[in-house]
Amino acid sequence: MITRKDVQYIAHLSRIHLQESEVEKLTNDLEGILGYIEKLNKLNVSAVKPTSHVLPIENVFRQDIEKPSLNPKDIMKFSTDNDGKGSFKVPQVIE
Amino acid sequence: MKTYETVIGLEVHLQLDTRTKIFCGCVTHFGKDANSQTCPVCLGLPGSLPVLNQKVLEYGMKIGLALNCAINTFVKFDRKNYYYPDLPKAYQISQYDFPIAKKGSLTITTGEQTKKIGITRAHMEEDAGKLIHSPEIKCSLVDYNRTGIPLVEIVSEPDMRSSQEAYDYLTSLKLLMEYLDVSDCDMEKGSLRCDANVSIREAGNQEFGTKTELKNLNSFKAVKAAIDYEVARQIKMVEAGERIVQETRLWNDEKQMTFSMRSKEEAHDYRYFPEPDLVPFTITENDIEKVRKTLPEFPLEKLDRFIRQYQLSDYDANVLVQDKQLAKFFEDCVMQWNAPKKICNWITSVLKQELNKRKINISEMRLTSGYFVGLIKNVEEGVVSNLVGKEILTIMLDTGRTCMSIIEEKGLRQVSDDNALGAIIDTVLVENASIVEQIKGGKESAIGFLVGQAMKKTQGKANPKKIGELIKGRFQNG
Ligand SMILES: [Zn+2]
Repeated sequence: MITRKDVQYIAHLSRIHLQESEVEKLTNDLEGILGYIEKLNKLNVSAVKPTSHVLPIENVFRQDIEKPSLNPKDIMKFSTDNDGKGSFKVPQVIE
Repeated sequence: MKTYETVIGLEVHLQLDTRTKIFCGCVTHFGKDANSQTCPVCLGLPGSLPVLNQKVLEYGMKIGLALNCAINTFVKFDRKNYYYPDLPKAYQISQYDFPIAKKGSLTITTGEQTKKIGITRAHMEEDAGKLIHSPEIKCSLVDYNRTGIPLVEIVSEPDMRSSQEAYDYLTSLKLLMEYLDVSDCDMEKGSLRCDANVSIREAGNQEFGTKTELKNLNSFKAVKAAIDYEVARQIKMVEAGERIVQETRLWNDEKQMTFSMRSKEEAHDYRYFPEPDLVPFTITENDIEKVRKTLPEFPLEKLDRFIRQYQLSDYDANVLVQDKQLAKFFEDCVMQWNAPKKICNWITSVLKQELNKRKINISEMRLTSGYFVGLIKNVEEGVVSNLVGKEILTIMLDTGRTCMSIIEEKGLRQVSDDNALGAIIDTVLVENASIVEQIKGGKESAIGFLVGQAMKKTQGKANPKKIGELIKGRFQNG
């Protein structure tokens, strides 16, 4: 059972600001989705191999060999704010 | 009065010593210009795709095996979600339910006691970026060079019962990792970091008390001090009838206190889910055996062998084994000259002191094992005295020259010619007539003073034993 409180909590964790009406709608939607999952849970899947990835491949590696990095000057072009010396600038976070 | 038992579990993050990051080809050098070692993958730009660095899996297996863990044959990565500017993707790629290694142990030594500490698991993950807080301009600066540097997190069972055991666990773990050559384990550079979970319970109680997680522990000493502080704080609270709150507390090294970090509590809800950008990994028995074959001799094995094979004392063997390079240098020397005890003495007493004085370690010094053996041989064979030998060592360390070339250039050959020494002793006896009278009166201990005077005159080049014998001879002959 999904409650309004659950929705507000998840929204907060995801840093999403919801209007009252949206909370209402999402509570119903999530309830529906979880209801569907409940249905799936009831199926007999003992003959189905567990999946952890949609692609049937595994063991894809790269070697420990360096590749060129980007130039900080170019990176700063898509920062909302920076210090002019290659660092991103964000609102103060205090630990 | 009640007695309490301390319960400690440690989480250690180890930066792996790979050339490149865990999921991209950016290099991992420390201390470079901000964001100069970043790319679309480690910046989390849309459309970029992480690919696992094979070396990281290999190192993860090595660490697991060294900690007596079972290696999982099925391994996958998961997203750990939280919002903080040090994470460009707003999630960290980590491992949740299928880590590389689980269920192991590490043997620690506390005083005379050895104890096995359980290892819950070891998993691979990417490091986060670095934030520099700048209160005067009310902002934080973000450098993503560290983002994506490979980490292995090693989680212990809550098996430690004192801050000293925690300290010894860290020392043993660090040494083992240095032997594995998977990390430089430098706490100052942040390549080894430690968080401590601490709780107390009444002695005899089976249930655990509420734990607090201690962070910001910047040295092994800080770990020990923070645990001691925290245990005292918790006991005081329990005695006052207060409830201990499960929380993260930050150690303040200046004030030597822990402080609550209330703001981040909700952050513990990480909503892990499988990382769809990385495929899973299967590890075969064959893969594991291949890695097992590359494992070096571990510190405890080496310790046993040094005691057995070279008949060293526990103490001496331990001094050598505590430093992998030192242990190797010792064995290099012994290979060239089979005199392990003499070589060990010179290393643990004289050489180590000199290195400490110079604040360098053995791999940084300009002295080869061959030259070092040459020096000790010259002392043993009486070519130079012990004292002069020590002086020559300092010159060798400064210049990288051979012992013989220094002896010849400075004329440091030991004077053991009886006639030459006899003349020196004559002078000393005349100059110290009153002492001579005291000795004749039965105060034999004063002979040492005369030996010292004679040594001074030869500038340490004489063999003190020889001088002692010659001086004693003078008194026996009347
Ligand atoms: Zn990168």
